[in-house]
Amino acid sequence: MKYLHLIWMGLRRKRTRTLLTLLSVAAAFALFGLLDAVRVAFTAPQNLAGIDRLIVSSRFSIIQPLPFAHLARMQAVPGVREIAYANWFGGVYQDPKNFFPTIAVSPQSFLDIHPEILIEPGQRQAFIATRTGTIVGAALAERFGWKVGDKIPLQATIFPNKDGSILWALDLVGIFRAAQPELRGMEQQLFFNFAYFDEAREFGQGTVGWYIVKVDDPAQVDRIALAIDRLFANSSDETKSQSERDFQLSFAKQIGDIGLIVTAIMGAVFFALVLLTGNTMAQAIRDRIPELAVLKTLGFTHRLILSIVLAESMLLLVLGGVGGLVTARLSLPVISAASGGQFDLPMAPQTWWLGTALALLIGVVVGLPPALRAMRLSIVDALSGR
Amino acid sequence: MRAFIRFLQGAGITLAALAAVVLWMSAPLLLLAASPALPAWLLFSRAGRQALAVAASGLSTVPQRLGGTSVIVVGIGGVVAVLVALLSMAAGFEATLSESGSDATAIVLRAGADAEVSSGLERADVTLVAQAPGVARDARNAPLASPEVVVIANIPLRSSGTDANVVVRGVGPGVWGVRPEVRMLAGRRFEPGLRELVVGQGALRQFSGIEPGAEIRLNNQSWRIVGTFASGDAHDSELWGDAETVATAYRRNGFQSVTLRLDGAQGLERLRAALDGDPRLKVDVETTREYYNKQSEQLTRMIRVLGTGVAVIMAIGAVFGAINTMYAAIAARAREIATLRALGFTGVPVVVAVLLESMLLALAGGALGAAIAYALFHGYTVSTLGGNFSQVVFQFQVTPALLLQGMQWALGLGFIGGLLPALRAARIPITAALRES
Repeated sequence: MKYLHLIWMGLRRKRTRTLLTLLSVAAAFALFGLLDAVRVAFTAPQNLAGIDRLIVSSRFSIIQPLPFAHLARMQAVPGVREIAYANWFGGVYQDPKNFFPTIAVSPQSFLDIHPEILIEPGQRQAFIATRTGTIVGAALAERFGWKVGDKIPLQATIFPNKDGSILWALDLVGIFRAAQPELRGMEQQLFFNFAYFDEAREFGQGTVGWYIVKVDDPAQVDRIALAIDRLFANSSDETKSQSERDFQLSFAKQIGDIGLIVTAIMGAVFFALVLLTGNTMAQAIRDRIPELAVLKTLGFTHRLILSIVLAESMLLLVLGGVGGLVTARLSLPVISAASGGQFDLPMAPQTWWLGTALALLIGVVVGLPPALRAMRLSIVDALSGR
Repeated sequence: MRAFIRFLQGAGITLAALAAVVLWMSAPLLLLAASPALPAWLLFSRAGRQALAVAASGLSTVPQRLGGTSVIVVGIGGVVAVLVALLSMAAGFEATLSESGSDATAIVLRAGADAEVSSGLERADVTLVAQAPGVARDARNAPLASPEVVVIANIPLRSSGTDANVVVRGVGPGVWGVRPEVRMLAGRRFEPGLRELVVGQGALRQFSGIEPGAEIRLNNQSWRIVGTFASGDAHDSELWGDAETVATAYRRNGFQSVTLRLDGAQGLERLRAALDGDPRLKVDVETTREYYNKQSEQLTRMIRVLGTGVAVIMAIGAVFGAINTMYAAIAARAREIATLRALGFTGVPVVVAVLLESMLLALAGGALGAAIAYALFHGYTVSTLGGNFSQVVFQFQVTPALLLQGMQWALGLGFIGGLLPALRAARIPITAALRES
């Protein structure tokens, strides 16, 4: 700490250069912060949600419905605690551009087994009791300015009403929040009553899109999945049971190629930016060789010189890095607002840690060569400019 | 007062520079049209020749400061590479889907359905649609229409071995007339009534176990692959079989869409009028071009916004790097520049020379970045989840337009990066710089 002033003066020596370098580093880390938020949003559901839940869907493809009769037979499987069911509705609000997931669910059991959906008890009761009731995520409600008590007309893209129209009138009875910030993507969804859906749709009565099975013991998930699949093997409606995590992962994998390429490209970008900054950093220290020689003449030890140069480079990277992360943190809400809530990404604590650690690491990598050079400096040569 | 004048000067220069960059990014042709003036000025005017001389002496020192110049070249190269790569992905996806459609064919879906997978038509509807006016007919006066069933099958990807969704399209016997661009590459067409499939070349590349001769299971029934086809569009990602047989296998009693060939330019209007006027039908009709454009819109827009956003952030970082480098280059040559100015060189040649240097380096970086993007990604095949909940196979397309756009960015960034250092060079106090060691 005694030498902090010295390090600081080193950075202040060429203020324009330091400022520009800081800004370059900040740009790189702002990029990193945004990308990591995307990455976390992509992977969070897999890490956080549903290790004790199974998704049971048709073995042949996700668009094949399963008969309602599977419910009773699955309930008899030992280790199954509760079963909810759901169907993709695929509705749009006013305009096809207003896309968000709309899903018909069995209200009570669905809320029972999804404790990450936070909703007031009164609204929960209303959702269970209202035939045309619907609950929406807070982010979605904000996006369209919905309040409890509103009527929401949904246009069906898949399921026309029995009366032949494609409009479904829903009553908004509750607004829910996600328990963890990483799951905020959930708040873009709309759930409504399966009973109403099944009764009023034109075709497909008596089937569900998928079942969600909550098990007593997460360790037993694989065994129970196998038991369920075996129940319906060789029937005309074979099932595929997988943990919710695997189910979501399979979707992420299908978007796969694009996600992978985008991440790879951006990773390369980040690295290039940091390396370039490192070059500037190295240049700055090369310029100061005579100064370092003076320090040595004054009796600074090799090791002290090494640590001073390293500390300077790490300080620069951390300052720039944290600045970039803060910029990213500040711009995420702006991006969310500009995209109409479609890219509502939170910045996870791990991003801050990872970013800072990266900054420190890069600071060492970038600072080490000039630091070593400064350490090995021969005073006489350096002073005479050789 | 002097300070105020300097402030006005600075503000004026900043505004002019901003205007130049905006003009360059939005209407490059305008500036390109004026560009012959620059070489003429450089070659034939006194100040121009001076600028050339200063720039040449600056560039001759580039080999001695590779570290610094690589900051500009690599930094701007990176920006251009990322921009071009991401935009080429969007371009490829859009091209694949927009080539799938044409103005000569139309698709009929249930009213309100936004994709085939969410649509449904009854048998009677299909007959009505096919017989409607506006539908082209073949030599035997049968309508050129193909009622189609779209189902989704799970087939493992070659790359990861995990299951992904593939469209299995049941097509009517008229399909070869409706989509004449489809040709068989190997094997033969499927036989109607048999459980046979032909597989698109894109699907064949991305998925395993669907080579001709192979058997796959669809809804617990065994199907044989008898051939491969090429269509040059989104259908390349699909497996085709007989519509009736596919519908039976999936216990469907109807179709999802009807694709038909329109009868002349007025065909669509006549067809739309007839379908809208028929109270028995609740359907939407649009040309396949409109339909597939809608399907590609969202993803391409997202990639474009993403690509440009990333490029802008990178560009900010790269410009700061470039400014740093050019400042360093000028600091190293301060004495030389001061000497020139003492000899009577005015400020303009010095400014132009520094700008020339930074823009040349940026251009080199841009060319490098574009070349990398082209070498790595042009024709690179990927697949992703598309409109029907299923995989769409497409290729990156690094088009000449994108390469030019990359160069446009590179030059713009080189200009911004060089401007401040150039002004500094022109203002170096001569006496102080000459004394400096």
